Amino acid sequence: MVAQRKMASTRQTYGETLLDMADSFPDIVVLGGDLNVSVFTHLWRDKYPERFFDFGPAEQNLVGVGAGLAANGKIPFVSTFSVFGVGRPFDQLRVLVSQGNLNMKLVCTHAGILTGEDGMSAHGIEDLSLICSLPAFTVVSPADSVETVQAVKTAASTEGPFYIRLSRAATPVVHEEDYRFQLGKAEEMREGSDVTIFATGVMVSVSLDAADMLAAQGVEARVVNIHTLKPVDEEAIVAGARETGAVVSAEEHYFHGGLGSIVAQVVGQNQPVPVEMVALQGYSESARAEELMVKCGLTPEKVKDAALKAVSRKK
Amino acid sequence: MIGGRAPAAGHTYSVPELQAMAKELRRDIIQTIYTAGSGHPGGSLSELEILISLYFRVMRYDPENPGWADRDRFILSKGHASPGFYAVLSRAGYFPREELATYRQLNSRIQGHAHPMTPGVEMNSGSLGMGLSFALGCALAARLDGKDYMVYALLGDGECDEGEIWEAAMSAAHHKATNLVAIVDRNRIQNDRFTDDVMTLDPLDRKWRDFGWRVFETDGHDLPALLDTFEKTQRRRTRPTVIIAHTVKGKGVSFMENNPGFHGRAPNAEEYQKALEELA
Ligand SMILES: Cc1ncc(C[n+]2csc(CCOP(=O)(O)OP(=O)(O)O)c2C)c(N)n1
Ligand SMILES: [Mg+2]
Repeated sequence: MVAQRKMASTRQTYGETLLDMADSFPDIVVLGGDLNVSVFTHLWRDKYPERFFDFGPAEQNLVGVGAGLAANGKIPFVSTFSVFGVGRPFDQLRVLVSQGNLNMKLVCTHAGILTGEDGMSAHGIEDLSLICSLPAFTVVSPADSVETVQAVKTAASTEGPFYIRLSRAATPVVHEEDYRFQLGKAEEMREGSDVTIFATGVMVSVSLDAADMLAAQGVEARVVNIHTLKPVDEEAIVAGARETGAVVSAEEHYFHGGLGSIVAQVVGQNQPVPVEMVALQGYSESARAEELMVKCGLTPEKVKDAALKAVSRKK
Repeated sequence: MIGGRAPAAGHTYSVPELQAMAKELRRDIIQTIYTAGSGHPGGSLSELEILISLYFRVMRYDPENPGWADRDRFILSKGHASPGFYAVLSRAGYFPREELATYRQLNSRIQGHAHPMTPGVEMNSGSLGMGLSFALGCALAARLDGKDYMVYALLGDGECDEGEIWEAAMSAAHHKATNLVAIVDRNRIQNDRFTDDVMTLDPLDRKWRDFGWRVFETDGHDLPALLDTFEKTQRRRTRPTVIIAHTVKGKGVSFMENNPGFHGRAPNAEEYQKALEELA
């Protein structure tokens, strides 16, 4: 029942996309924190050494220097793992980048439990909550590598603080090559009238599988890819709530402060209907990514169950 | 004029003129904080001669065009000492002196901690430890753009407890930011108490030297000595440079001098009068 999809690494895509932009965006500089091979910025480092700066694992300084470069007309792409890039320099992101409204791009890989074996300290399950709390930031969580290319290019050409969330593990490709990403505009990936599943990141693929399962049971689920968490496409969320009468959020992130919170907020303010959330309930452990997805309940079955529950709660 | 760098004002201030200016700006600082009813006098008074040297003899800038691409950058990392910064910025022509009275008031451009909404301010501040990193970003941008501007960052001594300062110090030397000059306002007092009681910093010169910096020390209130030191920073720049400026917190107001109690509190009416009398 689960669709077979090509797998691709969004972080590798990120590194390659940076190279593509080197000529068209002469102001791009890349800043790393001793994890450049892992985040694929070593491709850039080796090709454009004069436009690359390493700061070692010292993320407060990493973000602080990025802010200084951005304030002087550069477009710094600052990259490390999400736990280190968001958690450690949160105050620098807040005071310098957000309050200073600077054109700095923070692209973090190894978000969520897909980081796997390194265990809970390496699982960035709070990054969306933290970064969405910073008023000036635009926040994008691409569903796959096709979307990553365009999200990264959009970040370069959009003025202002930008966060992009990527994974360590290769993830299923859910888009055709001709897909057109629109910042802040949710993407309806499947039509449906009984329930709407709002998903982000790797959970888009999981939710599409869930929708297939639901269809087999006669329940038509709309699946909407919320790639832009901030500013979120409120219209699409309200339309889903109004037209299908029940909604589910699905994210590979802690349930607090991520997509679920955003969806519940928009639905509660505009079009109250039952909301069910599929998300992480707490810290996880060391294991392979696929095993953790199952153990943490981020599976098509669980999304399907949540959708059925939301439908059953309709008045 | 230092190293051929003329300040925008077009007038070369003599030392006596700068000394007279310091007295006037000390009054501005006291008045600004008293009017607001809050603020940080101690560090504003200790940093003043450093700022006066920079803005009236050392730096190149144009208050009519605060974003001028070739301007020297000044980063106030210890952003709480904004009243001293604002007094200097307004005297340098960035905004009218009357605006000092709006400090910390609703709808003002003159924020509690320096923010770029104020003309002449490069960086948002208020959280210690960030300014040297930001300044390094400015310095690297100059290199990328082939520009010859200098970047000056003023740090507090208590601020040097922040780990980020040393991350930035290490990386500035590594990335050979020879156009970066940090100044430490070594007034030996931080928020609660004397720095020696809170956190031992000495030997501070050796710390910087060991991190790869060229170190100068000077009296931070002696204008000729300061100007001479800034001039030295322009010679043989092969490393980032730090000036450890030995200052007196609360300088110029007897009961504020060397008094941890005036790190972050405004004078009351009586203290205000007394301060102005002393600065008359
Ligand atoms: C990250 C951070 N922690 C704590 C504070 C609170 N605080 C404000 S000023 C200050 C002491 C600063 O001392 P110093 O750097 O010596 O400043 P100065 O003496 O020049 O006023 C502290 C701890 C802060 N602003 N930022
Ligand atoms: Mg001090």
